[in-house]
Amino acid sequence: MVEGNGAVGTQAALTKKDFESDQEVRWCPGCGDYAILSAVQSVMPTLGIEPHKVVVVSGIGCSSRFPYYMNTYGMHSIHGRAATIATGLATARPDLSVWVVTGDGDALAIGGNHLIHTLRRNVNLTILMFNNQIYGLTKGQLSPTSERGKVTKSTPFGSVDQPFNPIALALGAEGTFVARALAVDRPHLTGVLSRAAAHRGTSFIEVYQNCNIFNDGAFDMLTDKAHKVQNQIRLEHGKPIRFGERDERAVVQLRDGSLKIVEAGSVAEGEILVHDEHRGEPSLAFALAHLSTGPTMPTPIGIFRDVERPVYGDDVERQLVAAQAKLGAGDLGKLLMSGDTWEVK
Amino acid sequence: MTQKTVQEVHRVVIRFAGDSGDGMQLTGDRFSTATAVFGNDLSTLPDFPAEIRAPAGSLFGVSGFQIHFSDEDILTPGDRANVLVAMNPAALKTSLVDLAPAGVIIANSDAFTEKNLERAGYSSNPLKDDSLSGYQVYEIPMTAMTLEAAASVEGLTKKEAERGKNMFALGLVSWMYSRPTDVTERWIQKKFGGKPAVMAGNLAAFRAGHAFGETAGLFAAQYVVKPASNAPGRYRNVTGNAATAWGLVAASGQAGLPLFFASYPITPASDILHELSRLKNFGVRTFQAEDEIAAAGAAVGGAFGGHLSATATSGPGMDLKEEALGLAAILELPLVVVDVQRAGPSTGLPTKTEQGDLMIAMYGRHGEAPVPVIAPRSPADCFGAAIEASRIALKYRTPVIVLSDGFLANSAEPWLIPDPASLPDISIAFATEPNHDGEFWPYLRDENLARPLAVPGTRGLQHRIGGLERADGRGNVSHDPANHERMIRMRAAKVAKIADDIPPLEVDDPSQSAEILVIGWGSSWGAIREACRRVRDAGKKVARAHLFYLNPFPRNTGEVLRRYQRVLVPEMNNGQLVKLIRAEFLVDAKSFAKAQGLPFRAGDIETEILKRV
Repeated sequence: MVEGNGAVGTQAALTKKDFESDQEVRWCPGCGDYAILSAVQSVMPTLGIEPHKVVVVSGIGCSSRFPYYMNTYGMHSIHGRAATIATGLATARPDLSVWVVTGDGDALAIGGNHLIHTLRRNVNLTILMFNNQIYGLTKGQLSPTSERGKVTKSTPFGSVDQPFNPIALALGAEGTFVARALAVDRPHLTGVLSRAAAHRGTSFIEVYQNCNIFNDGAFDMLTDKAHKVQNQIRLEHGKPIRFGERDERAVVQLRDGSLKIVEAGSVAEGEILVHDEHRGEPSLAFALAHLSTGPTMPTPIGIFRDVERPVYGDDVERQLVAAQAKLGAGDLGKLLMSGDTWEVK
Repeated sequence: MTQKTVQEVHRVVIRFAGDSGDGMQLTGDRFSTATAVFGNDLSTLPDFPAEIRAPAGSLFGVSGFQIHFSDEDILTPGDRANVLVAMNPAALKTSLVDLAPAGVIIANSDAFTEKNLERAGYSSNPLKDDSLSGYQVYEIPMTAMTLEAAASVEGLTKKEAERGKNMFALGLVSWMYSRPTDVTERWIQKKFGGKPAVMAGNLAAFRAGHAFGETAGLFAAQYVVKPASNAPGRYRNVTGNAATAWGLVAASGQAGLPLFFASYPITPASDILHELSRLKNFGVRTFQAEDEIAAAGAAVGGAFGGHLSATATSGPGMDLKEEALGLAAILELPLVVVDVQRAGPSTGLPTKTEQGDLMIAMYGRHGEAPVPVIAPRSPADCFGAAIEASRIALKYRTPVIVLSDGFLANSAEPWLIPDPASLPDISIAFATEPNHDGEFWPYLRDENLARPLAVPGTRGLQHRIGGLERADGRGNVSHDPANHERMIRMRAAKVAKIADDIPPLEVDDPSQSAEILVIGWGSSWGAIREACRRVRDAGKKVARAHLFYLNPFPRNTGEVLRRYQRVLVPEMNNGQLVKLIRAEFLVDAKSFAKAQGLPFRAGDIETEILKRV
């Protein structure tokens, strides 16, 4: 039973099937989105929230077809604006579990402003941002997460754009739950999804997702057998941050506060950074976000930050309750008569 | 004390003008309240600069407030003022054009310094040369007299004392027009209750102004404007923005749905957000968004959640909200969008009024996306407009645009306070059961072509809606060409059908034989009506109609237009309704367009009508 994400849970035995709609899924064969959809559908029944209490809101882009495939309430909305619609819905209806499904273009380019303000307010939403580092639905232009130098249809001479670091952006916007997962690593992804759903406030999950048509192999260094062990830095709360085939590499903090990857054997065990998701002060999480400048090198995976902060909709509700307790339920007749009035006989 | 004569007059227009920091809006507002409580009918026109505190003494920093009050019904804030209270040379210079011949000028002579005269572009002091010989000029050292009146107040700085000069002016004009003083005094006591010295200073200034009028030999007469014979009942003054906010609250009650209001601050619409933000005990959730787009998006979210959902903005925000309006139109969700029009394009004249947004309301979205459009005609009419917009939005599951404007938003008029029990029931039924073979189909339609609304949280009715074209009935995404055309026509037919559910266009033609029809919309109602009254008083015939419903038009609109040989369409823009009328009804309607950021003067329209009768 999970109460974090809006809806109060139920004990009814639900299955993955309860969250699958009858619509034919229409992503390209081999698209990373299938794995995320399946993971979400398999996590939902474990949350104890019935399908009619769940709303999935999306923007525009490949990822944003997601709501059609969920047997929940859903809205496929406007490019970039899913967070605004979800904010209105979650504020009006704190009893619902509201999810936003978006992509790197939808959330970080046209919807960037809404994303940071949603995070700052800590609206009770779970945001899944599928990051494939490319525009898919418009057939292959660079996105705000595409690496410098990338040759695309709109950058035939290579991109001269500095990409966003989505985790750093979310932390900079005071995100209270910020995580990264891989579409292809289902056990890890479902674990992060469960934790995100349990978090009250805005949960932001960046999911690295391969676009096999326009940006195939973007995450190979993190996902293929030959490299993943060297490059995945698994963040686990309370544990020293080590990685590699034999945990031979480790993360340490330098005197200036920045982080560095070292050979584990070259430092004392006590010098290795111990991951603390619940650390209120965000600079260490921010430094972790900057350990990697892209998925082609050792990159942290997992929950960077999970802290408590007042939730927007909850405070809105509290003010309504307080006003009604103090003034009584609103009386239109009295309102219209307030101030200076006079009688004409 | 000199015994003054008391003269009865029927109508007076007073204009208070000063620096934007002189408190002219407050002075006008308090004079209006005292006038309303006294029982006169009135109409006001606040006219202020976009700068909050423009440089002192500058021409562009002049803030004015005009009030027209009478013993009979009032339709406009008055074409020309009978009395001008000028707190400095700049105020005199900018307002003189609005003063009637032989009008009264009450000038704060203390402010006519060399520096202020130069700032206003005067080469010599107009109070001293003979440039104002056509007017009755009273020079009063208001600043000095205000300071003197407050001299005995302890703990008051000179700056604070001097700021009371607007209360001196208010006291003086209150005496001149026999306004009750208790209303204003009570207000001063309440307003400055937390600052006893400031309260005492303001009270002293107000009383000094009043006493000065009574005792100084300057004024020969005091005037009385008897109460108007309005319909019996309890009245209050109301501005368009307050009436809009209260109308939304009333609609929420009449619909039995909580109100969700998302907005972004913008002149002149922000007061709607301010007012609704106070009313939390009515269950009103307000959301100040990060931008206009987010405000509209959040309102769509609130509507999907089953709340009565609304947003308010002005022209620049309207540009940005059209995206969400298009979405709400294809989703078929109820949404009220209030556009408090201001002079555009772009930032335009933010504090000045205009009727320039009719076309963006009608056609501002890409693709075929008709939405109902209505326009209130007076400040108090905004109350009913908000309820009617909500009724249409809920019943037909569509966004509805309300075209208010800066004039309606800020000006006030007496309002016979409605009995909440007399308001219409606008509640709708949400879907609670599957409607098609055990499934819920979100686009099966009723006799009004409206679709069922199932609110998230309703067990078993999960469904998906979206901005992609979909097949009617079941609502699945459909790229079928014939279906798309069918859906365009379906959405248009639904909006057009609302014409069956609204009253016919009324025509005011006492002669029953006029050859010319004057037809308008929105806030020009008062000026058009007053103009027609004058034309008729001059023995000429004119018919008049006013459109509250702009989309769809009332069913009889074409028939009404064709009944007259000539049709004149006055609008505060460059001619927009006239284009719709010509396109829709093939009538050779003529435009009378004025776009100076100010409401029409009745005299402007009167002249235009007289040219044609």
